[in-house]
Amino acid sequence: MSKRFGAVQALQGVDLALRPGEVVALVGDNGAGKSTLIKGIAGIHPFDEGETHFDGQAVAIHGPHDAAVLGIEIVYQDLALADNLDVVENMFLGRERTNRFGLLVEEDMEREAADTMTGLAVTTLSSVRQKVAGLSGGQRQTVAVGKAVMWNSKVVILDEPTAALGVAQTRQVLDLVARLGEQGLAVLLVSHNLHDVFEVADRIVVLRLGQLVGDLDASQVNQQQVVEAITAGTLTSVPDMALHATGPGLDSDDDDPGTSGEEHA
Amino acid sequence: MTPPTATTPEELASATAARSSNLSEALQAWWVGVRAGQLGNLPIIVGLLAITVIFTSLNERFLSSVNFVNLVVQVAPLAVIAMGVTFVLIIAEVDLSVGYLSGVAMVVLGRLLGEQAWPTWAAIVAVLVIGAIAGFVQGWLVAKVGLPSLIVTLAGLVGFNGLVLILIGGRGTVVIQDQVIIDITNRYLPALVGYALVVVAALAYGAVKLARRRRRAASGLGTDPVNLVVLRVVGLVVVGAGAVYFASLSRGMPLVAVLLIVLLAGLTVLLFRTGIGRHLFAVGGNPEAARRAGIGLVRTRITAFMISGTMAAMGGIVFASRLRSVDTGAGGGQIELNAIAAAVIGGTSLFGGRGTISAALLGAFVIMGVDNGMGLLGLSSGFKFVVTAIVLLAAVLVDSVARRGQKRSGLA
Repeated sequence: MSKRFGAVQALQGVDLALRPGEVVALVGDNGAGKSTLIKGIAGIHPFDEGETHFDGQAVAIHGPHDAAVLGIEIVYQDLALADNLDVVENMFLGRERTNRFGLLVEEDMEREAADTMTGLAVTTLSSVRQKVAGLSGGQRQTVAVGKAVMWNSKVVILDEPTAALGVAQTRQVLDLVARLGEQGLAVLLVSHNLHDVFEVADRIVVLRLGQLVGDLDASQVNQQQVVEAITAGTLTSVPDMALHATGPGLDSDDDDPGTSGEEHA
Repeated sequence: MTPPTATTPEELASATAARSSNLSEALQAWWVGVRAGQLGNLPIIVGLLAITVIFTSLNERFLSSVNFVNLVVQVAPLAVIAMGVTFVLIIAEVDLSVGYLSGVAMVVLGRLLGEQAWPTWAAIVAVLVIGAIAGFVQGWLVAKVGLPSLIVTLAGLVGFNGLVLILIGGRGTVVIQDQVIIDITNRYLPALVGYALVVVAALAYGAVKLARRRRRAASGLGTDPVNLVVLRVVGLVVVGAGAVYFASLSRGMPLVAVLLIVLLAGLTVLLFRTGIGRHLFAVGGNPEAARRAGIGLVRTRITAFMISGTMAAMGGIVFASRLRSVDTGAGGGQIELNAIAAAVIGGTSLFGGRGTISAALLGAFVIMGVDNGMGLLGLSSGFKFVVTAIVLLAAVLVDSVARRGQKRSGLA
């Protein structure tokens, strides 16, 4: 995958595979291209080059709608919830259920939203008819995750889900992330917090300066090794120099044999 | 009433969001909400009562049935335009062009009916389409090109004012002679028809509420207590029948009152019961969230401007009916500012994401009530403007204090 913003090469030759039931952590320093990568997968900033495979099929994601149809959902760092709407309204935003007269079917939506939130069983939400403005950080995160998993999604991408949370709320969200993996979803967790990453991730993918410099088994490495990869991982090409330079990268663009790529970008 | 015990944000939120199982609980929940700053239409109703008391004490003719009928007719065009502007305010934009756009609609209507001898319905449709197109063009410039709505619609204000003058040309005035148009504000419902309409409307409202209640119960969700629904229906009948009775002491309810109620109901459904309305609120509250949810920002914003333009044109039709003639002053008199003020007085936010149709209607009554009352006192326009300004500031002040209360209670 490659992505350019004007003269800036934000991503270069990144290859990422997600599998059902696996929690993959995406780590990297600021500006490494983590957000660009997930926004590309979500269709918000489509990639310039590269292929996306889903369930073994080549697919094209041109917008958020395409991603949603495939079952790819993103929980954003800034949550992307409308404060002036209630929980149900936010969870169904853009996908409201209507009857044949075009009127909203609030009963179905409220029922489903309530069931989803109960299923997650993380935070105590007194009512799904509460305005999001009145929710705590952890509750908002839960709503955002609930919104993502409600749609029979297969891939859930979480962007810094614990960044703004306190200790107890972080605990709840990490439990939630682990549970998503157990439920057979492919989970991509973007995080700065290596402690969180080691707690829930099965695999750790490291980005540096827009390139993939590490795809590590979380049980085989320690924090020190991951930090080294983040700060000094070997680049396949030096960004300031010729684009075609090659080098001994930890991972290149070849396919990963023997895996059923759920999301293969 | 037992004092509400909810104090923490969580308790408040659940107390106001949950459905109460019986009437007293519902009342209690409402009171908790009010204390926490969820005032709804309460301040504006109190304000209307205050205006009535003050002006009646200064001149008892204010609360006469003749004046009540006059007031309804005076409010109608402004209310129609304010309802439309509400849609633009909800998406956190502004539309200053509605005043002179309604003026253009008046002139075009007059000329189509007079000189061109178009059938009434065709002229009405043509005028509404012109309003929608004007809204589309302005909305496109704002949403697609990215120009600030303040400037685009300011250009609209100036341009439409010019268009009014050009279209009037050397005529001086265009007289409206079409009986259907004149009837909108100059024909009065017989009292019996008025009562019948009130009962039908209240029963329809009750039927909708009960059907929703049944669907909620079927889905295993909390429902409003039945007697709360009954209470609301009875309340509607009492208020509606009272208004009809009061009006019937003089000429009766003007036909335009029916138009206002139909618009109130129809636009409220559009805003709160359809996907379009939901998207408007989302775009006004958090455009980025709306975009990520796959909502077309450009399309949604243009829709808001088209509704505003169409309603401005409709307001122009009502205006033409009331004035029976159109002159070079058509659309003047700060209609756009009064329309925005009406919406804001009713509690619609200029920052977007919040607003109701009933607020626009009630706000229009406040603005025109002050205007009417000051007129009865024989005060000049200068005093009217100053008092209107004070009312506007007071309304926004109450709203901002209430909002702060809601923030503190974690409700907003």
